[in-house]
Amino acid sequence: MNTIDTFLNEHEHKNLLRFITCGSVDDGKSTLIGRLLYDSKLIYEDQLSSLQDASAKNGTTGSGEIDYALLLDGLKAEREQGITIDVAYRYFATPQRKFIIADTPGHEQYTRNMATGASTANLAVILIDARYGVVTQTRRHAFIASLLGIRHLLVAVNKMDIGGYQEETFLQIRQSFQDFARKLDIPDIRYVPISALKGTNVVTRAPQATPWYEGPSLLEILETVDVSSDVNQRDLRFPVQVVLRPHLNFRGFAGSVVSGTVAPGDRIRVLPSNVTSTVARVVTADGDLPEAFAPQAVTVELDDEVDISSGDMIVHENNRPQVKDRFETVVIWMSETPLKAGDRYLVRHAGRFVKARIDAVLYAVDVNTMEQCQAESLGLNGIGRVVVETTQPLYLDAYAANRATGSLILVDPLSNVTAGAAMVTEDVFVDADTPRVVGDAAALLRDHVDRREFHWETGLVSAKDRLLRNRHVGKTVLVTGASAQAVQRFGKELELRLFKLNLNSYYLGYASLARGLASDVRDIRSEHDAQVQRLGELARILTDAGMIFITAIPEADAFTVERLKVLNAPSELLVVSLERDARRPVPAEAALDEAVEIAQNVDAVLALLADHRVIPEYCI
Amino acid sequence: MKTLSQLKQLEAESIHIFRDAVSQAQNPVLLYSIGKDSSVLVRLAQKAFYPGRLPFSVLHIDSTWKFREMIAFRDRFCAEQGLDLIVHSNEEGRAKGVNPFDYGSRAYTDIMKTQALLQALKAGKFDLAFGGARRDEEKSRAKERVFSFRDRHQQWDPKNQRPELWNLYNARVNPGESVRVFPLSNWTETDIWQYIRVEKIPIVPLYFAAPRPVVARDGQWIMVDDDRMRLEPGERPQERWVRFRTLGCYPLTGAVESRAATIEDIVAETMQVRVSERSTRVIDHDSDSSMEQKKREGYF
Repeated sequence: MNTIDTFLNEHEHKNLLRFITCGSVDDGKSTLIGRLLYDSKLIYEDQLSSLQDASAKNGTTGSGEIDYALLLDGLKAEREQGITIDVAYRYFATPQRKFIIADTPGHEQYTRNMATGASTANLAVILIDARYGVVTQTRRHAFIASLLGIRHLLVAVNKMDIGGYQEETFLQIRQSFQDFARKLDIPDIRYVPISALKGTNVVTRAPQATPWYEGPSLLEILETVDVSSDVNQRDLRFPVQVVLRPHLNFRGFAGSVVSGTVAPGDRIRVLPSNVTSTVARVVTADGDLPEAFAPQAVTVELDDEVDISSGDMIVHENNRPQVKDRFETVVIWMSETPLKAGDRYLVRHAGRFVKARIDAVLYAVDVNTMEQCQAESLGLNGIGRVVVETTQPLYLDAYAANRATGSLILVDPLSNVTAGAAMVTEDVFVDADTPRVVGDAAALLRDHVDRREFHWETGLVSAKDRLLRNRHVGKTVLVTGASAQAVQRFGKELELRLFKLNLNSYYLGYASLARGLASDVRDIRSEHDAQVQRLGELARILTDAGMIFITAIPEADAFTVERLKVLNAPSELLVVSLERDARRPVPAEAALDEAVEIAQNVDAVLALLADHRVIPEYCI
Repeated sequence: MKTLSQLKQLEAESIHIFRDAVSQAQNPVLLYSIGKDSSVLVRLAQKAFYPGRLPFSVLHIDSTWKFREMIAFRDRFCAEQGLDLIVHSNEEGRAKGVNPFDYGSRAYTDIMKTQALLQALKAGKFDLAFGGARRDEEKSRAKERVFSFRDRHQQWDPKNQRPELWNLYNARVNPGESVRVFPLSNWTETDIWQYIRVEKIPIVPLYFAAPRPVVARDGQWIMVDDDRMRLEPGERPQERWVRFRTLGCYPLTGAVESRAATIEDIVAETMQVRVSERSTRVIDHDSDSSMEQKKREGYF
């Protein structure tokens, strides 16, 4: 009775280590985990008995031995295939510590699973088969661990029993790993020679088998490694999750301290409003705290009535994160649809969703060699440096300095699937003052329009609302042709006819631009370009406003038409050409004969507009 | 260096999950099963929104075959804690008299639990449902996400789960789809008992040993909770000191012989006997992958 009391209280007050195990099916990873669980006496008897049934069917070890690996593979498909294909979490405890293992597969195509497991881990166990030494996969695992900010690595050289526990083998492998690990940013690396199958140096040291090894067993390392300094304890970051206002006398901001500390009396600043205040209380259901630190979940009350919403962040007055809407990250891509510049996603960061656009893929990194290579996109399991742009600024720290505010995920806005993970880096390529690298003029224009649309602030009236009221959608009609007089006259007739049909139409003569919108352009060489640019921007606005906007440009060349089309995105431009002969190269939806009666040509365009579902059928 | 004990870390993580889910969902609900894990779940939710009330209702799927003590506890507990309780049963199934004896545990569970749950979720237009599942309960749960996506048919596809990194949970869904959220994912059986102990959380008395009328079936003690229990020819209820490791529908829930009357006794017994808790639920033995199968179909 007393012992149980002590047991439970000790259990409660243990500290926690989250670690990840990396290795392939053949490295004996599952056997190692099975042994840790088994030897820490947390494998219950019925799990063992069902295991003995399964071993007879699928087991890969010799008869009479328990296949520890079968303890772990949870899902049906995996059990049949004999490989783990997802992240599984296991729990065990020793008198010293409680452990959460993220068990991830080592197979090449599953970078995403390892990254997932590593994202919450403090330590990574990397298994090396003593017979093969440091192989490509070993390097990959160590690289991903370092990328995800793991600061403690435990290199377990397994299957030492097969070669008769040769010290030479262990030393060679250790040397070879050390040589490679110099390139990684992992401050704490330990090495231990083991046999997961025989239990050598796993739970207890085995001086008979490895008399030359004087270090601790694998479990002893896990029990004693100090991870308390892994969390950033300096910079207070408190993303507000929920505003609690149960009654008029209480207004609290609930959230988790993701880094740093907060205490009553602290001067704080709220982002994005930049309002400052003082912490009055740090409230929990178990009483107020004199100070809260990561990862405590608390409710902060302030001295003043400050307007704060879910998604805002509370920080110390003079310790601000970077506030940015364009920043560099390292992305691990997890979707079948490749990531490329211009793509739209939702970013989830510090408790909120913000619209994002991929500004550029700077380069990819080969996960096996850690070398940079040129890339325009990242495929499934791809890793690369990516510039992300958001519609609202995020409150960021570099991932290396703060795991909580330096991490974000990218979510597909249509399927809602989590498509990638990103870690904020120091900006090297992004500099707001210098123009971005661009290709030709057409690419420049498309980039401009893409960015314009991404940042476009929409009102509360939708295109559908306008359609219901107006009975037609917005459209820009460009009339062109050889005769200036003919195109102008036709444009005006079209405007009038639409107007008489109770449709919203507006005609703008190209020449009017020079005296109005483009009157500030003095340089004769860029005059036409500037006028087309402004006309295109205006057309986009009027189309969006639900107007059938008509303009006439005599002898518009293909380049001009193309520019107007691009600028008019996301709506499509309707080009009508009044032909005198068939030589004109302008790509027009309607090529009309200039010589025909004007009313007949207007009829033809109305039919075309009805065809395109711009105006209702009954108008024609 | 400041560190939290592991139990406090688990508590903080669960509170974070509750708040995060509520900040993302339109219409959340908590699936309340009356068991000890549900009691813990409710306590954590209360802490997450203290000093406010829970910003969601609790939903109990009543299969109509629960232990009477469970229902009595449910009503008392929800009243005392000021919870907004919704009880739903599959009325069609009830009208047909669906029971575990004539329909077998599989069909019965599907109609009275799985279908009932799907009906209730649909009727309430809930886009997010909290559940008390833990990853250490059963093999197929070890890979379950904290935020687990369910399609339009409330089905779970183990091959199509969203990656879950850091604590950046993604609860976005399209209309008709939903997310199950498991704030107790990282809690173990021992954690739950110790938390109940230190927090003095009320649980159903059936967890503690007492003399109860039982019959032996397939190596398990089944309690004769009311006169609807079908006795086999020659079968006669006998009084035995038993307790329940998990609670469900009484004809499908095996009791273990025990004298454990306190949490300490139970934990002591658990450590000695080491029979993992779900083994007393008859439904899990239908086939080797039965829990995975039920999850695919929508059972939480």
